[in-house]
Amino acid sequence: MTDILQSRILVVYTLVLLVTALSLFGLEDNVNKGILSLLNIVLILVPLFSIIFSTIYIYNSAEFIELLVSQPLRRRSLWLSFLIGLSVSLSLAFIIGIGVPILIFQINIVGLLMMLVGVLLSIIFVTIALLAAVQIRDKAKGIGMAIFLWMYFSLLFDGFVLFLLFQFADYPLERPMILVSALNPIDLGRILILLRLDISAMMGYTGAIFKDFFGTIWGLFFSFLILGLWIFIPAYFSTRKFNRKDL
Amino acid sequence: MIIAKNITKQFGKLKALDDISVQCKKGECIILIGPNGSGKTTLIKTILGMVIPDSGCITFNKKDIANDWTYRSQIGYMPQIGRYPENMTIGHVFEMMKDIRADKVSSLDEDLINAFGIPKLMNKKMRTLSGGTTQKVSAALAFLFNPEVLILDEPTAGLDPIATEILKEKITLEKKNGKLILVTSHVLSDMDELVTEVIYMQDGKLQFHQSIDTLKNETGEAKLSKAIAQIMSKQSK
Repeated sequence: MTDILQSRILVVYTLVLLVTALSLFGLEDNVNKGILSLLNIVLILVPLFSIIFSTIYIYNSAEFIELLVSQPLRRRSLWLSFLIGLSVSLSLAFIIGIGVPILIFQINIVGLLMMLVGVLLSIIFVTIALLAAVQIRDKAKGIGMAIFLWMYFSLLFDGFVLFLLFQFADYPLERPMILVSALNPIDLGRILILLRLDISAMMGYTGAIFKDFFGTIWGLFFSFLILGLWIFIPAYFSTRKFNRKDL
Repeated sequence: MIIAKNITKQFGKLKALDDISVQCKKGECIILIGPNGSGKTTLIKTILGMVIPDSGCITFNKKDIANDWTYRSQIGYMPQIGRYPENMTIGHVFEMMKDIRADKVSSLDEDLINAFGIPKLMNKKMRTLSGGTTQKVSAALAFLFNPEVLILDEPTAGLDPIATEILKEKITLEKKNGKLILVTSHVLSDMDELVTEVIYMQDGKLQFHQSIDTLKNETGEAKLSKAIAQIMSKQSK
């Protein structure tokens, strides 16, 4: 794990996050606006970096994994230690890069919520990356898959939802939309934070429904439960697959 | 000590192992031979649990190895091509392996480390090593923890004559200590004095498993390499 923290790319990532956060807070006179701009960057950058860094890291450690599998180690603990190592280092980078500026400029519920969502998103995309890496043997294909998954979650999924909304515009889709949003951790994170920024009024009727649901304690609980599942399910399947993998 | 029953493994269309059954006992030195791609390495990897067979079972000291991992502390494995994390130094690799395994063994066997002159190289990064030096590291690691079973996949490939001689002496010594040694090799002359049993594989099938004496008597050849050559030519006819 220490070798992840020593990685130069991770340091650069932390610095990029730090500089972005500081400059955004510095540029905007209104901290709320600052956090909104920051939110958009966090929701794009964090999953992208998290998924690609983890995938490449796993492929580059292929020899190492092979070596360790022939040793008296339980495969599950081997895989989970990779997972935990990556999650901790990426979360740490996020906390330093985004968390410190937030603590300086905006210590309130929105700021803390954003830190929590960012950390969870980092971990979620580590587990998704590990699932992709364990399924695909070829490095180039695996990294391609990681990029595709990121594109799916940050762009394609939204397009798909929009398409559905237009197609079924005559039906009351507001409630099913809550369920649909659970299918994408990035959207879930975005909704969670936007609702706290009092701009949900601009989102029309759907926004009102969302506020009704996600604004409550139960809604909050539900969303974190779903985010937790987004960590647990890929982690479970990748570990299962790794247990049976031929090396 | 190691018993494999009806092991079958398929990679896509290729049957890498086809209904293989083998028994290995303590104190034996078994040489695994066969043409390239005959499934020797796959068989070794299934014994190590790196490849999981489609059917059949393997027991180690009468315990099934599926879903068990502790048995590997009694195996020293030297891979055909040792692959290590590139930015680690030799010293780090040894430290790490000791971290993983040392609590399960009382004494470390550092004969090979010293014989190969590895202490001088401890600060070198793994990616800067030549193929031969990497092989030396692999061999030293396999013997380091005094395992009951030694599995050596092409141990002499890439080693210079002096290193080969050192390794052979070490294998002979460990055989005398009553350890089970499983070797694959194409350089049969290297192994002539050591081997007690021969397993011959072809296209994933076990062709025969005999003691060296029976084999020599049957073929009437004194040298292992000649005896094998005779059998191979018989089979290709």
